[in-house]
Amino acid sequence: MKIIACMKWIPDTSEAELSIASGGKDIKKDDLDYDLNDWDRFAIEEAVQLKEKYEGAVTVVSVAPEDAEEMLRECLARGADEAFQIWNDSFEGSDGFVVAKALAEFIKKRPFDLVLTGTLAEDDGGGQVGGMLAAMLGVPSATLVSRIEISDGKAKFRRELEGGLYENVEMGLPAVISVATGLNEPRFVSIRAVRKVASVDIPTVDLDELGMNENQVGMEGSKIVIEKVYLPPEGEGAEIIKGSTEEAAARLAEILKEKGVL
Amino acid sequence: MTILEPANVPLAGVPAPSVALIVLIASLSFFAYVMWKRIDLLKRCAPDPRFSDVSQRIKMMVLYGFGQLRQPRYLGAGILHILLFAGFMILSLRSLTLIGRGFSADFHLPLLTGSAAFVYDVIKDYTVLVVLVVCLIAIARRAIWKPQRYAHPGTSGHEGEAYIILGLVSALMVTDMIYDGSAFIGEAHSEPWYLFPATNFAAMFMKSVPSQALEQLHIGGYWAHILFFFGLLNYLPISKHFHVITAIPNVYFANLNHGKIKPVKYGVDDWMELEQCGVNDLTGFTWKHVLDFYSCADCGRCSDNCPANIVGRALSPKMISIKARDYAYAKYPVFGTPKDFKDKKLVGDIITEDEIWACTTCGACEQECPIFIEYIDKIVDMRRYLIEQGALPQSLQKPLQQIKKKGNAYGAVKSKRSAWAKDIEGVEVRELKKGENAEYLFFVDSCGSFDPRIQEISKSFARILGKSSCDFAILGQDENDSGNEVRRIGEEGLFEQVSEKNIEAFEARNFRQIVTFDPHAFNVIKNDYPKKFPISHCSQLLSKLIRENKIKFSGEYLKGRVVTYHDPCYLGRHNNVYEEPRFVINSIPGARFRDMERSRSRSFCCSGGGIMLWYENEQETQRMGERRVRMAQEIGAQVIVTACPFCLINLEDAIKTTGNEGKIEVIDLVELADRSMS
Repeated sequence: MKIIACMKWIPDTSEAELSIASGGKDIKKDDLDYDLNDWDRFAIEEAVQLKEKYEGAVTVVSVAPEDAEEMLRECLARGADEAFQIWNDSFEGSDGFVVAKALAEFIKKRPFDLVLTGTLAEDDGGGQVGGMLAAMLGVPSATLVSRIEISDGKAKFRRELEGGLYENVEMGLPAVISVATGLNEPRFVSIRAVRKVASVDIPTVDLDELGMNENQVGMEGSKIVIEKVYLPPEGEGAEIIKGSTEEAAARLAEILKEKGVL
Repeated sequence: MTILEPANVPLAGVPAPSVALIVLIASLSFFAYVMWKRIDLLKRCAPDPRFSDVSQRIKMMVLYGFGQLRQPRYLGAGILHILLFAGFMILSLRSLTLIGRGFSADFHLPLLTGSAAFVYDVIKDYTVLVVLVVCLIAIARRAIWKPQRYAHPGTSGHEGEAYIILGLVSALMVTDMIYDGSAFIGEAHSEPWYLFPATNFAAMFMKSVPSQALEQLHIGGYWAHILFFFGLLNYLPISKHFHVITAIPNVYFANLNHGKIKPVKYGVDDWMELEQCGVNDLTGFTWKHVLDFYSCADCGRCSDNCPANIVGRALSPKMISIKARDYAYAKYPVFGTPKDFKDKKLVGDIITEDEIWACTTCGACEQECPIFIEYIDKIVDMRRYLIEQGALPQSLQKPLQQIKKKGNAYGAVKSKRSAWAKDIEGVEVRELKKGENAEYLFFVDSCGSFDPRIQEISKSFARILGKSSCDFAILGQDENDSGNEVRRIGEEGLFEQVSEKNIEAFEARNFRQIVTFDPHAFNVIKNDYPKKFPISHCSQLLSKLIRENKIKFSGEYLKGRVVTYHDPCYLGRHNNVYEEPRFVINSIPGARFRDMERSRSRSFCCSGGGIMLWYENEQETQRMGERRVRMAQEIGAQVIVTACPFCLINLEDAIKTTGNEGKIEVIDLVELADRSMS
C-alpha cells in the first residue's frame, strides 16, 4: 500500500507572547519556534502504523521553507521511506487552496492508495487542505477520523462526531483521510533516531516540476485575502484585579458576593 | 568404650575413604559445572570495568560484605542474618574438617590442633546451637508472621526454596550434634557442660541408646551431614540462595560512581554508531548487572522502601531481579543449550514498560540493599531501549521535545530565561557575558527560570547572595536545562546536547564555583557531566556564609514553630549532603527541629523531579507527596523545609490535597533563610 502523508510546518504559539506584525495581516513570527503541526503528527504515525500492518511505503511531503527540513527528517525517523519538500520563495503567503493545489500536482505524478493529513493546523485552523486536495485528485475524503482499517481495497474507519458520537464509514481507495488527534500514540523521536536518517536525501520540489508558475502561488494565487489580524479588544464587564494575592482574593470574594454567587 | 569412626567403617562393603572420595568428586564436579554455566552467561554480557580501585573495593567488601554493615537497617532480621553469616564463616572450618574425617578418623586442619582445636571446638559448639536457633526463628518468621516484603506478587514465588535452605542448614546442625553427641557419651569428660552445650544437649537425648545403635547414629549422623553439606552447596547456584556464594563478590564489584549514570556501553567511543542503544535482553546488561540478578536473596528491603511500590505503581525492584533471574535460569539452563524465547521478551513482556517508567530514580532501593544490587542504571538502560523504539509515555514527550527545541521543558522562549531576575528589590542580578568574571555562577536551571513558584526561590537566593556581598552572576539565555532527568529518562542524545551547551557556556566564562539550589542540577553537573566544574549546593554555601558570620538569622519568621526537613533524594542519597541543610535550619533562633521517622538516607521520594513532574502514572492509588506530608503530620510538624524545587512543588500540592492548607507550610531552605535573615 502506498501512503502519502502531508505535513505542515507551523509556528509554536502555545507559550509565546503574540504581537501583530506591521501591516496588521499576520502575527510577528521572527521569534517563534516552528514545529510539526500536532494533528499531522498523528497522521504520519498512522501512516507508519498502517505500513507496518499492511506493508507498503510511506512518502511525506510538505509545502514548507528550508528550515522545515528538520520536520521532514523527523518524519523519516518516525518510519517514512522518503520525504519531499515543495518550496519556492514565491509560496510565501499562500492560502489553503494554493497548498492543496501544489500537493495535488505532486501527488498526481505518483501512484497512491491513501493520502493522510491532519484535519486542522494549530496555527490558522483553516481545515481546508484535506478536502480541497481530495477534490483536486478526484477521490473521496473524510475528516476527524479516529480509527482506520484497510480491507478489500477499502478503508473502513471511524469518525468522531459532536456529542461524543462515533460514526463508522467505509470508503473506496484511493482516498484522502484527515485524521483527528488521539487516534494513535505518536512515537517519540530521539536525537539518535534523527541522526540515523541524517544522510537521507530530501529533494526539494520546485514550481516547474509541479507544472505551476509563480502567479499561481503566494498571495497572488490565493483565493482568500486576509484583511486584518488583531487581538480581541478588552471586553466590557471584564475587570482585571490588581494588587497582592490577599487584596486580589478579597476583591474577588467581594465581587462574587455582590453577584450573589457566594 | 570407644566408638568406631566413620572413616573406619566400610559402607556396603566399600571402604569409607572411597565413598568419601566419590561423594567429594561427584559433588564438586556438579558444582563446578553449574558454576561454569552461570559464569558462561556473565561472559556473554556487556562489559563493565569494575576491576580498578582495588583498595576501595576491598574496604567495601570488608565493611559491607564480611562486616554486614547494612544488615542492621532492619534490626531484627539484620541481627539474625549477621548471626547466621558469622555461623557460616566459623563452621566452614568445621565442614572442611568433617570432609577430611571421611578419609581419616583423626583428620585435623593444619594449625587446628591441640589447644587451638579445643578453643575452636568450644566456639563451634556454641555456633552450632546459635545457627540452629536462628534457623528455627527464621522458619517461624516466614511461616507465622509472614513479613510483607517476602511476598512475590505476580509470580509463583520462591518461598519453598527458603524453607529448603533453612531446613538443610538446620539438618546440618542437627547431624553435627548427633555425630558429636554420640561420640561424647562413650568418652570420659572432665570439662563442664557449658563448654560444649550443643554436644551435651544432643548427648542428653541419646543417653539411653544402646551402644550399637549409638554407633549407627554416629556413622549415620556423619554421612547425613556430608550429604546435606554437598546438597546445600549444589542447591545454592540453582536457587535464590546463590547469594551465599555471590554476595561477597557482588559487594566487591559494587558501583563506586554514586549519582552517575553508566554510559550506553562501556568501551565504545561513539555510542551513536552502535547497532542498538539500550538493553532489551539479558546479555545487553553488563555482567555485573546479571551478577546482581544472581545475587538477589529476595529479601525485599528494596521494594519495602521503594516509593513507587508503596503508592501502588507497577514497580517492585526486587521483582526485577527475581524475574530476570528466573528468565536467565530458564533461558540458559544448566543442561542443554540456550533457549530462544522469541515470544517472551525480557524487556516488554517479563519486565513491563509500566514498571520501567514508574521509577523516580530516587535510589531508596540501592541504599537499602545489603549487597549493593543496582537498579537505576538497569532502569535507565531499559529506558534507552524503549526510547529507541519510540515508546516514551505520551506525557513525557512534549517536555522532552521542548527541551530539544528550547532548552527547557516549559516551552518558554529562551530569551525569557532571565526574566525572573529583573526588578528584585534590593539586588541587581548580573548576566555573566562570555569572558567575564564572577566568584559564583548561579545555575538557575529551567524550573528556577520559568516556574512562577520556583522563581520565588531564585529571587530569594539572589537576595541572600546580594545581602551577603557575594559576587555572583547568572548565565541568562546561554543556560540550558541541566539534563539530570533527560539522562535518566534514557534520552542520551538529548542529554549530550544540553550538557555540551552548558559546558560550552561554563568554559567561556570565569568563575570560582557554580552554585545551585536544585539538587538535580547539582547532581548532574557534579556527577554526569563529562567535564568537571567546582559546584556546591546552596545548603553548603549557606552553611559556609553562616559560619563566616555573613548571614545572621532572627527567629521572627519561624516563631518557634515545629520544623522538619525533607531530604531530597538527589541531595541526600545520591550526594550524601545531610548535615548542611539541618545546620542552616538549626542556626535559626528558636527553631524547634524534629526529624521524621523516614529521614536522611531513608527519606521518602516526593515523586520525582525534572521532567518527571510531567509524568502521569495510571496505577498509583495515592500520591507520594501526600504520603510524605502525612509523615510530617505524624510528628506534629508545622513547617516542612526542603531543599529541592521539585520536592517543594510536589509537597505543596500534597498539602492542599490532604487538607493541610493553613496547617502545615512547605518552604524551601533558601526561602526560609531569606525570610529569617536579620
